[in-house]
Amino acid sequence: MTDHTQHSDGGDQVSADLHGLSGAYAVDALDEVERARFERHLADCAECRAEVAELQETAALLATDEVAPPPALRDAVLAGIETVRPLPPATGGDAPTDHRRARRRWRSGRTLLVAAAVVLIALAVGTAWLRPWAEDGGDTIATPSTTERVLEADDATRVRQDFPDGSSATVVLSRNEGHAVIVTEDMANAPAGRVYQLWLETPEGSMLSAGLMPDDPDTTLLLEGDAAEATAVGITVEPDGGSKEPTTDPIALFPLEA
Amino acid sequence: MDPARPGLDGVPDPGAPSGADLAALLNRSARGDRDAFARLYDATAARVHGLVLRVVRDPAQAEEVTQETYLEVWRTASRYDADRGSALSWLLTIGHRKAVDRVRSAEAASRRETTYHQRNQAVEHDVTADAAHASLEAKRVRTALADLTEIQREAVELAYLGGYTHTEVAALLDLPVGTAKTRIRDGLIRLRDAIGVGR
Repeated sequence: MTDHTQHSDGGDQVSADLHGLSGAYAVDALDEVERARFERHLADCAECRAEVAELQETAALLATDEVAPPPALRDAVLAGIETVRPLPPATGGDAPTDHRRARRRWRSGRTLLVAAAVVLIALAVGTAWLRPWAEDGGDTIATPSTTERVLEADDATRVRQDFPDGSSATVVLSRNEGHAVIVTEDMANAPAGRVYQLWLETPEGSMLSAGLMPDDPDTTLLLEGDAAEATAVGITVEPDGGSKEPTTDPIALFPLEA
Repeated sequence: MDPARPGLDGVPDPGAPSGADLAALLNRSARGDRDAFARLYDATAARVHGLVLRVVRDPAQAEEVTQETYLEVWRTASRYDADRGSALSWLLTIGHRKAVDRVRSAEAASRRETTYHQRNQAVEHDVTADAAHASLEAKRVRTALADLTEIQREAVELAYLGGYTHTEVAALLDLPVGTAKTRIRDGLIRLRDAIGVGR
């Protein structure tokens, strides 16, 4: 794995390096950390988005093998979709048109997602405010008050990741509070029999479990454990019930600045 | 295509839907039209599964990945944007990402506990896979590939069809670390320009 503090050096050099990753990204040849960095870059770089789209289109031409899956797979897929609700469009329902419209739509999509995240945070805060009794109700880590304090902390930093399927997740970290919160938007459920597990990476590089995520596309969740010194938050897919240590590579990694 | 006669387990018939048809089927799927989705599946499953199998190798795992891919396609169909590429490439992109993730998580797991299972079941596909079609498009691609330098072609194929990271590609090709990503990009760009993808 590469050094994930690298991205915080900022500057043109980093940005130039990122442009050069478009080809490797298009063929999924980046490791998790690079992929996460590049996707953040992609969100702000229309040029790279266009290039990636073209290179993905190009790479797809290499997929010339045709192998019919067994008929049972078709049945399983068609049965499977009965239980999956299609996501709504990312933005208002205008028909696909020219380029500029598409870009604008894309951008307003982002704005909407940000707005949605803000609403989620406001809801979390609002809920806590409306239910003051929840506030001192023991110190199970997941009390809304801790979540609220993290989300509102002066030192709160946010690391956001957008995924190609339109979903996103934002980790909000407050070193002062010693906690992190994750806010997801449109996140797909974990596969059957699996669960998303959250991890805090320690400065020594080990991963400590920070709890399991509910199967809820839009969730605001306080990570268990001490995030005061964590260097990253990761999400892995684990067997139901979770694991003591990650058994798969993270599907998302959120590098936290020191 | 007639939804009542799904195309022979996904083998595309001569009257297979065009790119625009696929985009339309995807749009209808986004609105919850299961028949449209079934037709989309029939028209594309062999391509998607062929790619997934090529990357994953293990037939049982490849089937799981293909299934996950189509559930994801159904779920996120509304996020497909025809301005950003063809429907087929969108499907293949999702399938490829899932295949690569599967391979890498399997590798991570086997670094901890040896999964002889996956080692024993590997490969085999080269026998079955190569109903690799001799369509015009495939010929065009082969011609275009001949334009790439040997290193570019190998880097692109190892990354895309082998599912290796650029760091692994560099090691496989004895390239200095960090240069494989450039070879991959250069190769794809040359291929793009030769084939005329894009606008």
